[in-house]
Amino acid sequence: MNAVTTTLRQSWVITLRDLKHWQREPWTPIFGIAFSVMLVLMFGFLMGGAIGLPGGGDYLPYLLPGIFALSMMFGIEATMSAVANDSKKGVTDRFRSLPISSAAVPLGRAGADLMNSAAELAVLMVGGLLIGWQASGSVGATALAVVLLLWLRFAMLVLGVFLGLAFRGEGGVTAVQVLVWPVGFLSNVLVAPESMPAWLGAVAQWNPISATAAACRELFGNPTGITGGVLADNALLLAVLWPTALVLVFVPLTARAYRRLSR
Amino acid sequence: MPVLPLVAHGLRKRYGDTLALDGFDLEVRPGSVHALLGPNGAGKSTAVNTFTTLTRCDEGEVHVAGHDVRREPAAVRAAVGLVGQHAALDEILFGRENLVMFGRLYGLSKAAARERADELLRTFGLSDAADRKVSTYSGGMRRRLDIAAGLIRRPALLFLDEPTTGLDPRARNEVWQAVRRIVDAGTTVLLTTQYLDEADQLADRITVMDAGRVVAEGTAQELKRRVGGDRVLVTAPVHADLDRLAAALGGIGDPELRQVTVEAGPGGGAAALTAAVRALDAAHLEAEDILLRRPTLDEVFLHLTADHSAPDTARPEGAHR
Repeated sequence: MNAVTTTLRQSWVITLRDLKHWQREPWTPIFGIAFSVMLVLMFGFLMGGAIGLPGGGDYLPYLLPGIFALSMMFGIEATMSAVANDSKKGVTDRFRSLPISSAAVPLGRAGADLMNSAAELAVLMVGGLLIGWQASGSVGATALAVVLLLWLRFAMLVLGVFLGLAFRGEGGVTAVQVLVWPVGFLSNVLVAPESMPAWLGAVAQWNPISATAAACRELFGNPTGITGGVLADNALLLAVLWPTALVLVFVPLTARAYRRLSR
Repeated sequence: MPVLPLVAHGLRKRYGDTLALDGFDLEVRPGSVHALLGPNGAGKSTAVNTFTTLTRCDEGEVHVAGHDVRREPAAVRAAVGLVGQHAALDEILFGRENLVMFGRLYGLSKAAARERADELLRTFGLSDAADRKVSTYSGGMRRRLDIAAGLIRRPALLFLDEPTTGLDPRARNEVWQAVRRIVDAGTTVLLTTQYLDEADQLADRITVMDAGRVVAEGTAQELKRRVGGDRVLVTAPVHADLDRLAAALGGIGDPELRQVTVEAGPGGGAAALTAAVRALDAAHLEAEDILLRRPTLDEVFLHLTADHSAPDTARPEGAHR
């Protein structure tokens, strides 16, 4: 067996282990999904009536791709706390003392988390269709949107593994759980940046999650709420580049943090 | 000459201002239990982490089963089992699933991993709990499962980092039995502990370490002898002449305890005891009580580490990631 298949086989063992966690304690993923559904209901029906879109269009079809992107980003919490928990309990050190590839453990985690997020995305999309959201783009465009969402999730995963290794204390996880809110909301996910003060709108446009949300709106054929700015022409490109940049920066940092765990 | 399970020379490791290892040497003989004994922060875990490739030390050389930890970390990992300070188990998985998972990671097939898991569960008396979540296990059961996980690949050398810290006496006994079983099966064990009775009970050789250095090394007997030999304590009957008794025995009298202490000579405790009895007989003296007292490992430990450890009691357990 060559090195790659060996690594993949080892990662698969770790993935199965993580999936078994959800099978035994299903409340964590169920609440994760319920939370995103709640956001849809809250913003779609409770506050949506008061939210207008620049350039016209209905709010609900604008909102859903935003929630898809937001739920991919919020996945960072689950990844981080699982990783922090393992390294705190010494499980990671045992993995590290085994004759296995050092990529196997993070890759295994990635496999499980991506499956979880894909399931979450499926639930949200079906739920969205039920309340009137539509994907009117081509099949290819729709598939590309899903890939872009999972690509964002993968970048969040890498970041989550890094943060979990680097900040293992309870404080670290809590800080991230709090910080995802301003970081997630300071984007075009819930409201169009054009409706914000100019400086804030500029920050929101450059939020990586905004690129994914805007690209998905275009691909799904939903209103984008964009009248100008950086995302008007480059949403798709940025939705590819932003996560790629995060992955390129944090994969080596994560590998380093993993190797140096107990130094 | 057979390859030694572990040879370490001149290890040095600095964490900030603390030297966790300061010129540490160690040799472990095959088929033995070697204990690293030292107080908290002595550098025991740093040493173990270095031996198992988890930590890279600043200076020095380590060979585990003939492999250089720096140049051939993969070969070292394949040769050792590590049972760390915290039971490194997946709490949500069942006991058996934990062992199967680690077996699969070691490259065993599904069937082989299952077979090995069942075998280990039997060996460690965990068959009945095999299909329960580890989170329902007692401290002793967790520890035994943890040790079993370290033995999946029949390692040449098993590291047990403070295997009984935090366990109650019954659980500690269970773990000790488990360790003896491992050794009977021929595995070499390097054990770290801060408990002297643990080293005394389990280890063939003991290395006493403090502040990252070796303070003493030998068998429990040899270490005890270093603190001073055995003593014969003779208690005089009430109203007896303690000075006469002391003179006859060649010892020092303590009027308060009505006791004469005789230091054993090079012949050891038994000879000293026999000599004392003969001296009493020859002098027609009586004793209320005679006993032979050996130094405990606690005395050895305090004696050996007293010089170093006093000023830095607040030193963090440097090894503690």
